[in-house]
Amino acid sequence: MAARVHDVAVIGAGPAGLAAATSAASLGLATIVFDESPSPGGAIWRALTTTPLRRPEVLGPDYWRGNATVRAFQAAGAEYLPATSVWAAARRGDGAFDLGVTGGRHAARVAEIFAARALVIATGTLERPFPVPGWTLPGVVTAGGVQTLLKRSALVPDRRVVFAGSGPLLWQVAWQILNAGGRIDLVLETIPRGRLAEAMRHAPGFMFSAYLARGIELVRSVRRRTRVVEHVEAVEALGAERVRRVRFAVDGAWQEAECDTLVLSHGIVPNLHLPAAMGCELAWNATRAAFEPVADDWGGTTIGSVFVAGDGAGVAGVEAAIARGRLAALAAANALGRIDAAKRDADADAPRKAVAHALRGRAFLDVLYRPADAFRRPVGDTLVCRCEEVTAREVRDAARAGASDADALKVGTRCGMGPCQGRFCALTACELVAEERGVSPGDVGHPRVRHPVRPATLADVAAWPANDVAERAVARDASSR
Amino acid sequence: MYARLPDARSETIAVAIDGEPFEARAGDTVAAALLASGRAAMRSTPVSGAPRGPFCMMGVCYDCLVTIDDAPNQQACLVLVAPGMRIRTQSGPVALAPPAEGV
Repeated sequence: MAARVHDVAVIGAGPAGLAAATSAASLGLATIVFDESPSPGGAIWRALTTTPLRRPEVLGPDYWRGNATVRAFQAAGAEYLPATSVWAAARRGDGAFDLGVTGGRHAARVAEIFAARALVIATGTLERPFPVPGWTLPGVVTAGGVQTLLKRSALVPDRRVVFAGSGPLLWQVAWQILNAGGRIDLVLETIPRGRLAEAMRHAPGFMFSAYLARGIELVRSVRRRTRVVEHVEAVEALGAERVRRVRFAVDGAWQEAECDTLVLSHGIVPNLHLPAAMGCELAWNATRAAFEPVADDWGGTTIGSVFVAGDGAGVAGVEAAIARGRLAALAAANALGRIDAAKRDADADAPRKAVAHALRGRAFLDVLYRPADAFRRPVGDTLVCRCEEVTAREVRDAARAGASDADALKVGTRCGMGPCQGRFCALTACELVAEERGVSPGDVGHPRVRHPVRPATLADVAAWPANDVAERAVARDASSR
Repeated sequence: MYARLPDARSETIAVAIDGEPFEARAGDTVAAALLASGRAAMRSTPVSGAPRGPFCMMGVCYDCLVTIDDAPNQQACLVLVAPGMRIRTQSGPVALAPPAEGV
């Protein structure tokens, strides 16, 4: 058992987690932060304190702006355990939460149970699946993956580099690679014809968005230096031992290009595994084509004293993430009886305005960059489940044969049962089942997620206290015992 | 297929990749070191034997599983290199228990 119960445990040290921990600690709450990275900053500010890059202009001012948030966090006095994973979280008898925490190999190995009275889950996002033929070939990598190699290790892809997809992340990473002196031979942009007109309905809000000027400048800068093909409706990676060529179609006409590194991005979606495994309710967001945790405007989930903050609560960008982190900390402090509602509401004024400001114009981006149906709902031999190598045809056949949700798919096809636990196939599987059944992915539902949500050793599991989560994990029918 | 920026600031760290010496850099994850060494694939899958390499670089996809200091199936993108680290690429399914030293 954990000897000490913290007031607040924050999971994730990106913008939202850092802001939540800073606010909570400043309010006098005993706060602890767990983060899988060896240094603070999350994905957007990855390696901020350790990057070997010498020229700050390579990553741009938005990256270095993270220094202020990181310094405030370091000064606030929250406990910080980097390079650790939270593999389970569950409420125990006294209302607090047990947290199973395991350390990376590069940290002092811990097999430990921590406890906290409130949780702020700020686990960020992962990249939307990009299920096209050949997307499992070595040399095919996500935009975030390439960005991590640049930020943490000053590595850039050389030889022939092709980017495919759409969205702010794709353009930002392309811009950074070019700034670093890397090369990009071709950008295949996948926004379907007509989508810009659809998105323009939301343009009035976007005109006042801080994204507009920054985004336009960035895209223009890449376009000046690289060949861009628009309205690409199909992409295939070709090769045997690694990607060698890329095949793509515009208006039904196919072309090929040589390619040694294929960078894919259709944007980011919330990383839901921890809240989902805890039993937090999720909802389908049709505009974004993604599941999001159900939460009130403090980030409060359907489980009391469990809050979500940052892009993991719904993608809204870095400024909203910082503000939502603060709101979650205020709500947690109030739930714990440490500040009254009047102080909570007064202190919430500034972050609420920041959220509203950051969300202005977001609908334009949500609509413009929602990937075309063909990129979300593959057919034929395209792999849906990378781990168990289950194809779109197998998933669709299983759905037609009666698999009504993603859990039934697991039984029939093993889709989602590999080591990634469905992180890279759950969305695709849900959409395929929904399409075959003629219903919404929200009706199909997110597949059930179970603990451990990260790899845990037997020693980790053995340290877990015998509470109801443990019983549900091992007993077929706990009530009959 | 990845090049290190010439002005990158970091000390070298000597590791062994499949028995061959390699100079990684401080701050590299094992996956970054493997890519910097010129490799694209780090394992083949247990299901079909297809080659795989790092895809997400953030601990999500599990395609960069390698053996590190005799411990199999480690996520190369989440582990930082350390002096003397022995890194082995994997082929198909690997044994649950690592073989004893010298076997």
